[in-house]
Parts: sequence; C-alpha cells; structure tokens
Amino acid sequence: MADRRYTKTHEWVTVDGKHATIGITDFAQSQLGDVVFLELPSAGRKVAARETFGVIESVKAASDLYSPVAGKISEVNEKLASKPELINSDPYGEGWILKLELAGDLPADLLDEAAYKKVAEASSH
Amino acid sequence: MVDFGGWEMPQQYTSIRDEHFAVRQAAGLFDVSHMGRFRVAGASSRQFLQGLVTNDIAPLVHGQAQYNLMCNEEGGIIDDLVVYCGSEGFFVVVNASNRERDLSWFREHAPADVEVEDRTFELALIAFQGPRAQELLPCDGLDAIPYFGFGHGDVAGIHALISRTGYTGEDGFELFIDSDRVGDVWDAILAGGKKAGVLPAGLGARDATRLEAALRLWGNDMDESVNPYEAGLGWTVKLGKGDFIGRDVLQKVKADGARRQLVGLKMQPGDIGRHGAAVSTQGKSVGVITSGTHSFFLGYPIALAMVEARSFQVGDRAVVEVRGREAPAEVVKLPFYRGSARSLSEKKESRHG
Repeated sequence: MADRRYTKTHEWVTVDGKHATIGITDFAQSQLGDVVFLELPSAGRKVAARETFGVIESVKAASDLYSPVAGKISEVNEKLASKPELINSDPYGEGWILKLELAGDLPADLLDEAAYKKVAEASSH
Repeated sequence: MVDFGGWEMPQQYTSIRDEHFAVRQAAGLFDVSHMGRFRVAGASSRQFLQGLVTNDIAPLVHGQAQYNLMCNEEGGIIDDLVVYCGSEGFFVVVNASNRERDLSWFREHAPADVEVEDRTFELALIAFQGPRAQELLPCDGLDAIPYFGFGHGDVAGIHALISRTGYTGEDGFELFIDSDRVGDVWDAILAGGKKAGVLPAGLGARDATRLEAALRLWGNDMDESVNPYEAGLGWTVKLGKGDFIGRDVLQKVKADGARRQLVGLKMQPGDIGRHGAAVSTQGKSVGVITSGTHSFFLGYPIALAMVEARSFQVGDRAVVEVRGREAPAEVVKLPFYRGSARSLSEKKESRHG
C-alpha cells in the first residue's frame, strides 16, 4: 500500500509508479454530510495540480474538487454515478474518485498524515 | 457539529438519509432545545399577544396551541411562533436565531401588568416525530391530545408537557421536560424504539422533512422583507380580529394581491437548487430559490422559490441556476409530501362522513 498524501483542500492521493488515485478525505466526507451527486470529467482530460476538476454535491452544499497532482485522467469511478454514498461509507477505498497518469513531479506542498490531521483539526473549530 | 443560532447541534447522528427514512417510516427523535421559549403572564396577556400576532388567539382555551406569525409595522415577518394557552397565561415557542430579538420586541410592547419571562434554559424540548410516534412513545393517554393540543403526562416515568405538534409533516409530539431529567427520557425513547427503527435525528433530517412538508423556515423562506401572503401563510392572518401590528399594511396587500408567491419545484437528480439561486422562465428572471435539498425519501431534489406573482402555475417548466448552468425544474403542488400529521379539520371532516 502506497503512502497516502493530502491537500489542504481535503483531497487525498496515493501514487504507485506513474499511476495516482485520488479521492476526498474522511474528514471532508464527514463535514459534507450525505453525498448526493458528483459532477466529474471524462477519462482523457488533462488536469494541472490544484486545478478544479469537478463538483461534489451533498445535502448541505456543493463544493469544488481540486486535483492534488498533475496528469491525464485514465479512469473515473463509474460506481459513484449510481452510488455517491460510497464517498461517505468508504472514502479511502470504494469511494475513490479518479485515477491519473502522473505528469512531472509530485507537488512539494502535499501533506503527510500528521500534517493533514492538524489542518483538519484546525478547520473543525 | 454545526453552529445553529448560537447552539452546537449535530447535522446528523449517523446519516441524514437513514434518519430521514426513520422519521418517515417509524419515528425520529430530535433535540430542539435551541428553540426559544417564553412565558407570558399577567391580567392582559391575551390582549397583549392578540396585538402582536396575526392569528386570532381569542378562542384559544387551556390545552390548545396555535401557529402564528409576528409582523412588523410594514407587514414583514419578524418570526413564526407557536402560542400555547396555559391555565395561567401563555407560553410561546420561537425560532432560536430570533430569540433575543423576539424577547425585546415582546418586552418593548408589553403593558405594565404583563410579564415576559425567558424559560429557554430551564426546559429542554425534544420532538418525537413519525407515523409510529404515538405507538412508540412510552406514555399513556396520548389519544386525548388532538393535533395542536397539549397536556401533561409521564414519559418513561418523568413528567412532561406533551404537545401534538411538530415540524416534519408527520404525526408526533414535542415534549417539554426539565433540563436535568431530559437525558433519561431521551435514552428511554431510543432504547424502547430501537427494534422498530427509531433513530436520533439531526438538523439535516429536520430540514429535509420540513421541506418535503413545505413548512417554511424563517431566515430562508421568509424574513422581515416578506409578508405572510407572499409566504403562502395568509391563512394565519385574521384581519377581522381587531388591531394588531402590521394589520393596515396586510389589509392592503390582501386587497391588492401579493406581488410575490412561494412555489414548489421538483428538479432532476443531481441538480440541487440552493438558497439564493436564480429562477427564470422564458429567459426572464422571476425570483430565487429560498430552500432546496435532495430528498432521499422522494428520490429527487426539491426546492421552494419566491417568485413574481402569477409567473407560474402547477405543471409549468422553470429554469434554476445550478453550479453556473441552467437546470430544468417543474412547478409542483405543495406540500411535496403529505405525512401522517393529523389535520385540524379532521374532526369536522369525519363528522360529515
């Protein structure tokens, strides 16, 4: 299992060679509440690090999704179209959102678990 | 936890979806202790309240409650509130976010012989709501309490004022209990109802169920810039009862017709019309969404919109701005869902067969 890294905007990314998987954190899903819909791009689109690639809609609010890394989208989690609640029940597993082929180096500002925990604690108060 | 009128309250205990279904199919238990509660006592308390609220409280007798609006001089809605007629004076329940404003409005207008006391922090208030609420509440004699009536009883052995009122569209009860005893009642109701599917329910389920029932939320669907006729609450305004604050303006609004109206919109899965989103028809903006959510129970998003009068009829198409694009909506009849709540005219209807 590759190390999970995080962004200040509450996405996570795991990297295996040139392949990255991204989603939103457990803290993010708990703050959003029940997810009802995701507006996601198609495979093949290129995204830059920190670029908005979609929208997640929960009963509470619509929030932008930002890519933690740069790359070309290789796969979109199709299950989320009919079961958006996977984001709530399993945010780091079945609730993954995109797979990307990495372009270039990982951004230097990705957070490790301890650093992200501090960010999450600060935003819950 | 989210901040709601200065109170820390859970958006959900487990999941909004599960809690929402519990309320619609069995019963859900809400902590609504944030609602403001005032005692109004004194020789002329009835006359005093009659001059503040829009509905006619003259016929209320001990044990009856009534839905009311309180307006400013311009007919704008300061708050919506429930007035309870007690054996000695009245009790009113107001919105948490308006408690301090309402309290000073009451005191500003109260004559010398009327005392207005804030009891919000001594009494807890919990609501048990759902089609099986009566069956599952550990309390005898509930059948004697009609819709919008209240009485006293023991719930799980603890004294409570029990009111058949609520904010979900379902049958159910609101229980006023001493703050230091309410935890035991809460635990007993949940333990007893567990097998039947009773769940504690948070603000998310409360907002979804009240919206399905088209119950207005002050601060979203109405405020001081909205009059009762625009909010579709003209039935609470009794112009013939004598003078009250806002009456002159409201009489004119009624005669001329309201300039805006609140309508219900059904939307496509994935499109949630959020508070403030523009509503248009045939390329012309006619109003804004006041409340919107995804209804897990109905399976599609629903919304209330404040629009220009006569811009829509039931069945018409509308366009709502969702995430910067135009989303289709259909104008539907309110409420979106009619739950198990008894109706005030129930007795009258059954008498006629």
